Amino acid sequence: MTFEPARRVRAVGPSGIRRFFEIAEERDDVISLGVGEPDFSTPWAARDAAIHSLERGRTSYTANRGMRQLREAISRYVADRFALEYGPGEQILVTAGASEAVDLAFRAFVDPGDTVAVAQPAYISYEPGVRFAGGEVLPVPTREAEEFRLTVAALEGAGAADAELLVLCYPNNPTGAVMERSDLEPIAEFAREHDLLVLADEIYAELTYEGEHASIAALEGMADRTIVVNGFSKSHAMTGLRLGYAMGPTDAIGAMNRIHQYTMLSAPTTAQHAALEALESCEPDVREMVDQYGRRRRFVLARFREIGMACFEAQGAFYVFPEVPDGWTSEAFAEELLREQGVAVVPGDVFGAGGEGHLRVSYATGLEDLREALARIETFISDHG
Amino acid sequence: MSQREVLELLRENARYSTADLARLTALEERKVEATIEELEASGVICGYQAVVDWDRLAEERVRAEVELNVTLDRETSYDDIAERLSRFPQVTALRLVSGDYDFDMEVEGDSMREVSQFISEKVAPVPEITQTVTHYVMTAYKENGIELGDGEDDDRLAYSP
Ligand SMILES: Cc1ncc(COP(=O)(O)O)c(C=O)c1O
Repeated sequence: MTFEPARRVRAVGPSGIRRFFEIAEERDDVISLGVGEPDFSTPWAARDAAIHSLERGRTSYTANRGMRQLREAISRYVADRFALEYGPGEQILVTAGASEAVDLAFRAFVDPGDTVAVAQPAYISYEPGVRFAGGEVLPVPTREAEEFRLTVAALEGAGAADAELLVLCYPNNPTGAVMERSDLEPIAEFAREHDLLVLADEIYAELTYEGEHASIAALEGMADRTIVVNGFSKSHAMTGLRLGYAMGPTDAIGAMNRIHQYTMLSAPTTAQHAALEALESCEPDVREMVDQYGRRRRFVLARFREIGMACFEAQGAFYVFPEVPDGWTSEAFAEELLREQGVAVVPGDVFGAGGEGHLRVSYATGLEDLREALARIETFISDHG
Repeated sequence: MSQREVLELLRENARYSTADLARLTALEERKVEATIEELEASGVICGYQAVVDWDRLAEERVRAEVELNVTLDRETSYDDIAERLSRFPQVTALRLVSGDYDFDMEVEGDSMREVSQFISEKVAPVPEITQTVTHYVMTAYKENGIELGDGEDDDRLAYSP
C-alpha cells in the first residue's frame, strides 16, 4: 500500500531553497544571510509572560478567535500604529502564525479554478498555499526600475482584472520594497473597479525605515474588501511562538474562523499570553530592534554599492535584493558563492517573476557577521571579475 | 544628533573603522572623523579599552569592589579623597555614590594577597576613611554592557523563508 498524495499536493514541488540548505549543512564556516527571521531574542517581558502563564497552568484552549484581551490589545495597536479600525469581537482572528492566517484566507475565498494575482517577487508560501486551495497563481511582476512597487500597468498587463484575490506584501519579502500611500491609491482603485478582494500581508509593517507604514485597508472603501494579515514573528522576534492574526470584515473573518475552529481550534495559549505582553509593554524593544536593523540596512546597502553590485534602496523588512553581475544566473551565483566563500544567500528566482537576476540578502544577522560576509562577497566578485 | 549615534556605535565596538561608522550612520566619512575628533577633544570620549573576560585567561586576575565610608572635616572634601585614591594604579574605578556608603571603588591585582594588602596598607589608613567593606569578584557575567560567557549561539536554520 502506498500513499499517493492528492493531485493538489503533487502539483507543489519541494521548495527552491532546499537544495541550498543541504549544501550549507555540509560545512561549518557558513555565514548565513539566507534567514528570514530575526536574530534577536523575544523581548524578555514577553517570554516572562509566557513562562508565567505556564506556571499558572494556563494551558487550555482559548476562544476560537483568540483570547478576548489579546484581540482588544490588537485592535488598539493597529488603530494607533496603522489607522486600522477592527472590532475585537468579530473582525479579528488570532492564528498560529501569519502563515495560518494566509492559508485560511486562501481556503476561505479561493474556489477550485480561481486565480489569485500575486505581486512578485513574492514570499515563497503564497503559491503553494493557493494551489493547496485548488487555485492558480497569476504572477504580477514588479520591476526594479519601479523599486519593486506594484503598478496598475502591471496588474493590467497580467490580466489581474479577472482574478478573485490580489495578494500584496509590503514591506516585501524578498525585495524589501515598500508601498507608500500614494502608490497604494491607484491599486485600491483598480481593486474596487474590478471587484477584487485583497490579501494584505503586513507582517513586516513595523520594519519600515523611512516614513510610516501605509496599509491598503486604511484607504477609502478598502476595509470592506481587504483581509489584513499581521503577526509577532518579525516585529517582536517571536517566530517560534507561532502567533499571528487576520483582520477584516465580519463576514470574511467569520468564514476564516469556520475553518480555523475545526482545524486549529485556537492559537497556542502560551504564545497568546506572550503576545499580549508584547503589545502592552514591549514597544521600546521593538523600537530598539528596528533601530538596529535600520543601521544594518544602511551598512549593507553601502557595501553593495562599494562592491559594485547594483541594489535599489530597500526601505523595509530585513532584506536587500541586489543584482547578480552580468553573465550569472541567480542560482549559479548563489551556489558558487556558497561553495567558494561559505556565504548563504537565496537566489531571487525562487520568489517568482521578476526575481531572476537578484539575490535575497537578509540582514537579520549581527554586524560582525555582516561585515565578514560582505568582505567575502567582495572577494568573490573580484575573483570572478 | 550624529554625536549620540557615533557614541552609541563606539560603545558597541570601539574598533569600528570610520568607513564602517560612515556606512552605519549614512554620514560622510569625513564627518564621522570630525565628530570623533570633537568628542575626544572635548573629553566626552576619554579613552578606548578592551572589554576583558578574565575568567577565560589562564592567569589569575583578582578584582574587588570596595565600599568606603568617609568622614569629612572642614579642610577635606570628597574631591580631595578621590584625588588621593585615584592616583593608585590598583584602583580601576572610583565613584561617589548615594546610599549607605560614600565611595564605590574597584580594585585590581594579581593576587588576593596583593589586593588585601593594598586595602589594608594604603586605603584603610587614610585618616578620613572610617570604614571599608571589600567584596571580591567571584565571576563576572557582564562588563561594559557586554555579556561575557560562551557567546551567542545562533541555532537558526541557514535558510528560512
Ligand atoms: C511575507 C511573510 N508572510 C508570512 C510569514 C510567516 O510568518 P509567521 O511566522 O507569522 O507564520 C513570513 C515569514 O517569513 C513572511 O516573510
